[in-house]
Amino acid sequence: MQEIGRIGFSEAQGDLLESATAFCADVSPVSKVRALMTDELGHDPAVWKQIGELGWLAIAIPEAYGGLGLALGDVAPVVEQMGRRLLAGPFVSTTLAAQALIAGGTEEQKQTVLPRLAEGAAATLALVEDNADWELANISAAAWPDGSGRLVLSGTKILVSDAGAADWIIASVIHVDRPALVLIDKAALPDGALRRETIVDERRRAFALTLDGVTVPETALLDPDRAAATLAHIHLAANLLAAAEMCGGTQGVIDYTLDYAKTRIQFGKPIGAYQAVKHPIVAAYVRYEQARSHLYAAAHCFNEQGTGEIATRMAKAEADAAYSFAADRSIQFHGGFGFTYDCDAQLYRRTAIWHASQYGDRNFHKKKLAGLLF
Amino acid sequence: MTAADPKDLAEFAADADAWFAANVVADPGFMLPLTFMEVGTDRQFDFLREWQFKVHAAGYLGAAWPKAYGGGGLSQEFQNAATAAMRRHNGPIMLNAIGLNWTGPLLLDMGSEEHRLKYLKRILSAEDIWCQGFSEPENGSDLGNAQTRAVRDGDDYILNGSKIWTTLGGYADYMILLCRTDPNAARKYDGLSFILTPMKAPGVTTTPIRKLTGEHGFTQTFFADARAPVSGRMGEEGEGWKVAMRTLEYERSVRGGQAGGYVSVQADAWEVLELARRMKRGDAPALADPAIESQMVDFILEIQSLALCRQRMAVAPLNADHPHGLALSSKLMTTEFARRINEFAISLTGPKAAYYVGDPNAVDDGIWTRAYLNAFSATIGGGTTQIQHNIVGEHVLGLPKS
Ligand SMILES: Cc1cc2nc3c(=O)[nH]c(=O)nc-3n(C[C@H](O)[C@H](O)[C@H](O)COP(=O)(O)OP(=O)(O)OC[C@H]3O[C@@H](n4cnc5c(N)ncnc54)[C@H](O)[C@@H]3O)c2cc1C
Repeated sequence: MQEIGRIGFSEAQGDLLESATAFCADVSPVSKVRALMTDELGHDPAVWKQIGELGWLAIAIPEAYGGLGLALGDVAPVVEQMGRRLLAGPFVSTTLAAQALIAGGTEEQKQTVLPRLAEGAAATLALVEDNADWELANISAAAWPDGSGRLVLSGTKILVSDAGAADWIIASVIHVDRPALVLIDKAALPDGALRRETIVDERRRAFALTLDGVTVPETALLDPDRAAATLAHIHLAANLLAAAEMCGGTQGVIDYTLDYAKTRIQFGKPIGAYQAVKHPIVAAYVRYEQARSHLYAAAHCFNEQGTGEIATRMAKAEADAAYSFAADRSIQFHGGFGFTYDCDAQLYRRTAIWHASQYGDRNFHKKKLAGLLF
Repeated sequence: MTAADPKDLAEFAADADAWFAANVVADPGFMLPLTFMEVGTDRQFDFLREWQFKVHAAGYLGAAWPKAYGGGGLSQEFQNAATAAMRRHNGPIMLNAIGLNWTGPLLLDMGSEEHRLKYLKRILSAEDIWCQGFSEPENGSDLGNAQTRAVRDGDDYILNGSKIWTTLGGYADYMILLCRTDPNAARKYDGLSFILTPMKAPGVTTTPIRKLTGEHGFTQTFFADARAPVSGRMGEEGEGWKVAMRTLEYERSVRGGQAGGYVSVQADAWEVLELARRMKRGDAPALADPAIESQMVDFILEIQSLALCRQRMAVAPLNADHPHGLALSSKLMTTEFARRINEFAISLTGPKAAYYVGDPNAVDDGIWTRAYLNAFSATIGGGTTQIQHNIVGEHVLGLPKS
């Protein structure tokens, strides 16, 4: 029978978990989270610079390209703690863009871009289109050779995370009948190519990207022979990091709910003494622990053929269920205050909705798992 | 205890594997209980007692307990290897669960040398069967309110009152008894004492109780001027609650040190998957029904959750926020899972879910229905699911008492 994953935890993960726990708590109190929600850029450049200096962007980049040469699973504890503190910024987008280049970039692209990303330049991926398909190979945007060494792009990408902060955008296109990826230097985009979208998670920045009229040199194409494998890799990498961010968020929202359950008094008792409140919080906690076990199994097994995919899809499916439930109950258990904008429960609930919407929700991954397991 | 020498361990594991391969009886010719709480006939009891005796004599039970008390004097890895071999070959359950898993580690932890020498070896060999006298007809979840009386009379206590739901009560040689020595204590918890009590003694009687499956399981146990020696008391008078709470930590596997083996057949989502392939809806496997497929994936996700949480318990940095969180939640997670997956399995059998154990048309001899009904033994026994929620809420998450 197919192996479906097991827990492992490296020393590097331990060190990163410890430093990320302290750092994220320190730089991302909820007052700061809320202040950044109305900021156009959406994150604190000083914090972003510190993250670059800490080397976290370099974790999963090979040493030959200026990175630390660790595994993507070693990034999981860092992203988990970011999710726990609702820390905004292009960390995940940049890490995924680097993964795309590592998996499918040309040698020249890797040499020019990866060291920059390792140091703290931001980049992102443009993979989603109006068809709203979680299958990344369903692409309408196109890249046509113009006969003089350039590619003419067309089509529109949506939900491009962090495009405002990014120096590069890697977009999926159809190139000569096959899915392909192109590395776009953002400076080369015409004015108005990016439109900021209104999205459910207000801490996040997402954009629609119009490719019509954009041209790039042919050298911007990632290795066409590896495009399909690269898209598959990005899909799993994105789900692994989403699961990490969601597990952290689940812990954050449970802690937030617990604070209120211990201090809000009704009928002469803290509401957490009532089992109608207490028991669902325990149920949320148990789901959280289970989701976290799946996360660290996926992080450990990520690079194993077959097992990595199963463990990652399981981790995302479980994180979706855990986060959604914990945040949903958090709104309810805050009563009238829970219905307000000022209550932080909505921040977590909206983040959970965002994550379910990207790269596949629980039902999507369950269907995939059925195909893999049954 | 010494660290395992990997070579010896590998050899030991291979020997254990061979031993269980040779000694497990696949079909004794009658139905074996799925858990130690379901031993309903003398035939089952005799068979399981004999089996445990054999396993211990071969060195595959209590391997990590000290030699002086009948154990193997090895490290825990050795017992784990033996238990794994037992599981691989579907060995029958260990009968003397209350002795092996809670009384034994409790005696090792806080018993006197005299207690250990007297009881431990005979627990391992199943020569002495143990039962637990905590619940009473009027006091179950509210265990601290137990009222069975113990009055000091020289070197004995004189016992009066009744315990109920006593698993293996009719067979037991000894009971771990929680009783009231001081009815006037300011706090109800402070009037309790914990006594190792002989069961085959004048004044102790048991009456069998039929469980929901129709078979006999546990008993009601009556004490009418029965005597238990004072030397069997654990802790001081009035410290019974503390000892009982420690016992429950062993019972719920919050603490380690159990003799090994297993005392119930685990619910297995992979076997249910096989059932979902075998059962039909029209000409197609039940699993082809999208609703069934979806539920099946949920159960696979959940059984993998349980396996991974067990593994993660050993990784300290991943338990930093709630060091006992996984241990204190594990009873809740596993027992409810077992109940729900067996319920799902019944539904897979379609119209034949109507059959019960004993009918030739029953799917798999009716095991799914039997397993579902018996699964409540664990969602109720040892502290109900609702009480487990309270425990996790209060002791892990710090919520106020209900
Ligand atoms: C198969 C089996 C074997 C057993 N073996 C033994 C044994 O060997 N020795 C022994 O001493 N006992 C044994 N028990 C007894 C078991 O420990 C008790 O049944 C259990 O603790 C519940 O007590 P009760 O039956 O009095 O139910 P009650 O306490 O009356 O509970 C009834 C219902 O109310 C709920 N409830 C009670 N209090 C609360 C609360 N504070 N908050 C929320 N809900 C609550 C319970 O969850 C339950 O659903 C066994 C039970 C079973 C089913």
